[in-house]
Amino acid sequence: MNIFVCVKQVPDTETKIKPSGDGSYIDTTGIKWIMNPYDEFAVEQALLVKAANTGSTVTVVRVGAVKDTEALRTAMAMGADEAILVEAPDHLDSFATAKALKGAIEKSGKTPDLILTGKQAIDDDCLQVPQLLAQMLELPSVSVIVGFEQNGDKLTVKREIEGGATEVYEVATPCVIACNKGLNTPRYASLPGIMKAKKKPLAQHSLSDVGVADADTKLAYSNFRLPPEKPPGKKFDAMDDGAAAGIVADVVKLLREEAKVI
Amino acid sequence: MAKVAVFTELTGTDPKGVTLEILGKLSGHTVDVVGIGDISGAANKLKEFGAASVVSLNGANVDKYSPEGFANLLGPFLKDGGYDFVFAGATSLVKDLFPRVAGSLNVGMASELTELSVEGDSVKATRPLFAGKVLADVAVQGDKPHFYTVRPNALGLPESPNAGAGEVKTVDGDSGNIRAVIQEIIKGASEKMDLTEANIIVSGGRALKSEENFKILEDMAEVIGATVGASRAAVDSGYAPHSMQVGQTGKTVAPSLYIACGISGSIQHLAGMRTSKVIVAINTDPDAPIFQKADYGIVGDLFKIVPIMTEELKKVLA
Repeated sequence: MNIFVCVKQVPDTETKIKPSGDGSYIDTTGIKWIMNPYDEFAVEQALLVKAANTGSTVTVVRVGAVKDTEALRTAMAMGADEAILVEAPDHLDSFATAKALKGAIEKSGKTPDLILTGKQAIDDDCLQVPQLLAQMLELPSVSVIVGFEQNGDKLTVKREIEGGATEVYEVATPCVIACNKGLNTPRYASLPGIMKAKKKPLAQHSLSDVGVADADTKLAYSNFRLPPEKPPGKKFDAMDDGAAAGIVADVVKLLREEAKVI
Repeated sequence: MAKVAVFTELTGTDPKGVTLEILGKLSGHTVDVVGIGDISGAANKLKEFGAASVVSLNGANVDKYSPEGFANLLGPFLKDGGYDFVFAGATSLVKDLFPRVAGSLNVGMASELTELSVEGDSVKATRPLFAGKVLADVAVQGDKPHFYTVRPNALGLPESPNAGAGEVKTVDGDSGNIRAVIQEIIKGASEKMDLTEANIIVSGGRALKSEENFKILEDMAEVIGATVGASRAAVDSGYAPHSMQVGQTGKTVAPSLYIACGISGSIQHLAGMRTSKVIVAINTDPDAPIFQKADYGIVGDLFKIVPIMTEELKKVLA
């Protein structure tokens, strides 16, 4: 099987995000970049599918800034066979990103049997690329996947919806599957894996190489800013058991009479 | 004046609350509310909140959701209708469906707005990025219709909605070839409202120490009609499923009341719940970062405080 995994490189979740001086994006100075956490589940699933289907290859594709190739090298160290990088700004919008991924997959010369992605990137939180990519490639898709079984050229996948309920889908391959946390446990890259990854092929394209034009950017962002700070609240010390009941009664009263939320 | 469509899902025969929140921001525009299958049961409510028409879009195999079937019906309807803007609440279904519909029309979409105004022919919109660590203004450019989804509970309901004509219509379409088909729906552990739509959330951290101990949060949730959430630390420790996780790698929530029990308040957790209208924090560590965001902080042991609070709430709500 030709398995493709789309990955994004994002700031680490513990990063304190600051707007850039001109408000056009964020200040990226000193940020630690990681593979988007949801994409790790996609890479792991690709490796599991590869192991179950002899002769399969796993190709990782990333659209983003070249400054380092951490996410792609990590995926190859985990076991992916090759990588494609499409050079682009880190905040390219979902439509242009999906179009770049489509172009890169087509340019690879391999017809995809399965395309795996994370369910969302934790930087722009748009949740659009997997479904857009499927639409552009005229493939079916299922998103927010927490269960995956392959039966020949069909998959049975579980999609998480509201309240922890799941929809069980049967979907024919080729298709796009967007993975959620809980699907599997991503492996760590081994030291030999990391050494081997350095020698694996990494193709590099520009946005125009993969057919993306200026008109494919559909969103214009401005005025990046910090959310307004709340005024300081009221704090009560209830470590002393004797005081606890009175303090809790006061807080409940405040919730009802001052905040009016219950 | 712009021509606007709002997509809605129903809960029973009621439109989702977020649909009414969106309608409240579209006063003065001609708004067609559209849903897949028969949505006529919601017509009165939608009319009251300003719908010029209420359109049931029918096709084969639409009793269950399918990304392709729903997109095949909705795409041509929106294109033929000559709409400028299309809105919907950012529910599970819409988050899956809308990118596909926008993609099929080769147009752009902005996800999960938290502020919105539509004046004349222009949409002013704000959305959080990095799970709410920053906000930015966003505009969709290029061909129309422009697609926008709105986070539930962010806009609030209008105080005095202006009614519309509320004309009930049915349109038949072709749901086409459906290759991803739902075989079964497995119910979640909780029948309660999802975290992303909940009005009150009671959330627990690693200090809960076990899955069983979440029972004390469930007891409180029962009394005030809340949904129970958890921090990443609690989920990673196996005390709660990932579907309950609030934060940057879980759900971003905006309830009117968020009660954080034994949650220290890591950057990624605060990002996911900071837009809650009122935050209560219960923690033994007086220096826990959660207290900086809390409207009401109680320094104390959650195993003592939570049961007392549950009893107190029972008394107040009796």
